[in-house]
Amino acid sequence: MSTFRERARTLLATPGLGSAIGHAMDVRAETRQHAFGDADFEALRQTARAIRAHTIASLPEYLERFADAAEASGARVFFASTAGEAVAHIGRIVREHGGRLVVKSKSMVTEEIELTAALERDGAEVVETDLGEHIVQIAQERPSHITVPAVHKTRAQVRELFERVYGARLSDDPAQITRFARDVLRDRFLNADVGITGVNFGVASTGSLVIVTNEGNGRMCTSLPPVHIAVMGMERLVPTFRELSVLLPLLTASATGQRITSYVNVVNGPRRTDEPDGPEELHIVVVDNGRSALLPTEYRPVLNCIRCGACQNVCPVFRHVGGHAYGSVYGGPIGAVLTPLMEGFTRAGDLPHASTLCAACSDACPVGIPLHDLLIGLRRDAAAERASRAERVGFALWGRVWGSAPGYRASVRLARAGQRLFARGGRLGRAPFPLSRWTAGRDLPALAKRPFRDTWRRAGGA
Amino acid sequence: MTCLVDLLSPEVAESTAALLADLNVRVDVPDAQTCCGQPAFNAGYPSVARRTARTLLEAFDRSTTVVAPSGSCAAMIRLHLPRLFEGTREADRARELASKTFELSEFLVDVLGVERIAGVFPSTVAYHDSCHGLRGLRLGDQGRRLLTGIEGLRLVEMERSDTCCGFGGTFSIRLPELATAMADDELARARAVGADVLVGGDTGCLMHLAGRAARTGGPRPMHLALLLAEARGLRASPAP
Repeated sequence: MSTFRERARTLLATPGLGSAIGHAMDVRAETRQHAFGDADFEALRQTARAIRAHTIASLPEYLERFADAAEASGARVFFASTAGEAVAHIGRIVREHGGRLVVKSKSMVTEEIELTAALERDGAEVVETDLGEHIVQIAQERPSHITVPAVHKTRAQVRELFERVYGARLSDDPAQITRFARDVLRDRFLNADVGITGVNFGVASTGSLVIVTNEGNGRMCTSLPPVHIAVMGMERLVPTFRELSVLLPLLTASATGQRITSYVNVVNGPRRTDEPDGPEELHIVVVDNGRSALLPTEYRPVLNCIRCGACQNVCPVFRHVGGHAYGSVYGGPIGAVLTPLMEGFTRAGDLPHASTLCAACSDACPVGIPLHDLLIGLRRDAAAERASRAERVGFALWGRVWGSAPGYRASVRLARAGQRLFARGGRLGRAPFPLSRWTAGRDLPALAKRPFRDTWRRAGGA
Repeated sequence: MTCLVDLLSPEVAESTAALLADLNVRVDVPDAQTCCGQPAFNAGYPSVARRTARTLLEAFDRSTTVVAPSGSCAAMIRLHLPRLFEGTREADRARELASKTFELSEFLVDVLGVERIAGVFPSTVAYHDSCHGLRGLRLGDQGRRLLTGIEGLRLVEMERSDTCCGFGGTFSIRLPELATAMADDELARARAVGADVLVGGDTGCLMHLAGRAARTGGPRPMHLALLLAEARGLRASPAP
């Protein structure tokens, strides 16, 4: 398992990557501003946070209400406590229907439970139908952004990819590439045995599933194949349509700068006898996979997340390396919080440090998750669990010495004696580890000949 | 007086003290202070942070107002110390210290009511909003306003001036390649608007940017206090 630093280094050295992501993020910042217009973002955010906090606080009740209502309208609901359970259940449904061809719309939770790979092992062909997600799939990569999965790819790279995979001759014109992809996908939609989607919001009072897309691929997945399987993270509920009316525009504005997406799909059960289309069966799979374990912890606010990607769009670290640096499904600030919570510190203990704590993420989050504060909490937990002895002893010693002014002064005298080996003209061009990491790319100022506090004291105060 | 300023940029400390004295503020630099504890707190060692932060509770017990030439340290004191000492014997003192602590530009403009500082400093200046001042203390344009009265100074606005410079305390050592890439981004944006000086209120960010600029060229990062003091003639500009 590589470290965040190793992955970031590779990605930093990838030509064009930083500018491709940076450009996309700037466009997003602008459209987002436009989408909110004169609306009072802070007031909206407070309302949204209150809705999310209330829902999460009563999650078991709302889940029960949601499942009852969904079943009443003909859906079959399954609660999966682990990724494995979810994948096994979905695999069973697909097999039972002789599912050889599965069409999928974009869904982070299916990425999280690694559903596609499991279905493919079972012999099914799984086709991602969101264009960005499709690009990532045929490139055999993972999405690098929550709402813009192929943000790390340039137009030319996409064209080359399509030409290589589909043997087509295309130009760099996005419209032409899109038209070509539509032809490919249209055929798959019409022949699919099973459609799998994520769920943006589940409405507890009615058991409805709300799915937003801009390409219409979501509703093709929910209406053309005979079976629809909806996979939902257990926290994605809203109590009623009233709360949805606050959260839905907040999601689209924060994600893509749209007041509303081109398609908003609301699914209520499978096809009824008097309806001309829709699936014969609707299965809803509610995924826990570590979420309920967060309920009694200080990290509970992370369950407020509506997966809009706004924190990624504003993150200065993400901007340079993209989501792949985070080594997991969720990149950026939300990933740096979520991944160690779900996968543990052994695998992801370095992610909470993949942030300057600049708090741009917390400021952008439309549901008020204090991401940078949660990162500090995770650093504390990670330090307690797996920090090296050197680091722990180092900090303890530092605290002891700098815990008093005489100690502080003595340590500074010592350091000043030590720096004589390295300082030239008031600067250090190179220094011993760990400061060597600084001096590899930057000069370090030398300690002053006399600290200011000493000067002040000797002058008798002023 | 913050540790970085004390140890690495005493001229910023001298400028701060001189500026305040010039505005008829009685300045004291209590001897018992060491560090607000931020390095340890942000690295995940809150109990170590408490240990050094306690020296501040002692040191500033009798001060009426505490002013720091750093948004970051002021934010640590104001936002985190009350929580850090919650439930301890020092909780009240931490809250009291938080309520009387200000970042320098904030103190000058919001507390003293300084409208402008008269002086001369011929240069093109871009302003770097440090994150902890901007999003922690919610500082606005106090720093920029203080520059408007200075003769010969042309203030230019960078794109994304609210973007982090990549210092981030231990981040700058843990992820040096990213930190320098972020510094390059910032220096390029300052260069793009023709700035020859990049002014900010936090020594951490500035030493990171200056360290990078020393290798790659670019505008000169400079602390607001130093610029104001030099413009006002409170200290001699160093020979170029």
